Amino acid sequence: MELTVLLFASWAEALGGPTVRLSLPVGATVADVLRAAADRAAGRSLPRPMVAVNHKYAKPETPVREGDEVALIPPVAGG
Amino acid sequence: MRTAIVDHPLDPTALLAEVASTESGASTLFVGTVRRVNDGKDVTGIDYSAYGAMAEAEMAAIVTEAAARFGTERIVVEHRVGTLTLGEASIIIAVSHARRAAAMEAQRYVIEEVKRRVPVWKREHYADGTREWVDPTATVTEPAR
Repeated sequence: MELTVLLFASWAEALGGPTVRLSLPVGATVADVLRAAADRAAGRSLPRPMVAVNHKYAKPETPVREGDEVALIPPVAGG
Repeated sequence: MRTAIVDHPLDPTALLAEVASTESGASTLFVGTVRRVNDGKDVTGIDYSAYGAMAEAEMAAIVTEAAARFGTERIVVEHRVGTLTLGEASIIIAVSHARRAAAMEAQRYVIEEVKRRVPVWKREHYADGTREWVDPTATVTEPAR
């Protein structure tokens, strides 16, 4: 399946935009999203992100499905 | 309780008035501001950006937790996004409670959880013209490019 993943901050800057399209197998998990994103970022020095699925932080084993809002969350620095 | 991500200057007086109540014996106001020096570098401004929908949801969850834990619903949080100059407020937290200790503890809880969980990022501008995304998890300080 094709998944559009939201990017922010250093990741959006490094990959050249606010989203990236990833090709993932059906049944893919957050860990697969992280692997595919890391491949796409190969060669760049980027902080390890968390993944949010539908506005909630997700564990590596959380499944992702077409239609989910999936986002890479670089280390947050609010306040 | 109210939380918001906003793109205009914050007004501490208005937020303090919003939580005020004759039932309260104490109100606290936390104002986070843009500091001149960070990590030894001369900062001239900061771009704040947010994952809006998730940031709003996470801030609302934090305030709900604080209300249950410390016993007051009189909590307001506004976080600003956009480009801020030195001294400008990036976040304001106002809490009002019958008792001062609980008001201060609730406020501390909210700011620490915001810093830990809310998807907001900052890119510092330095006096030498460079800009850099701030990574609080970084253990090694890289020299400015």
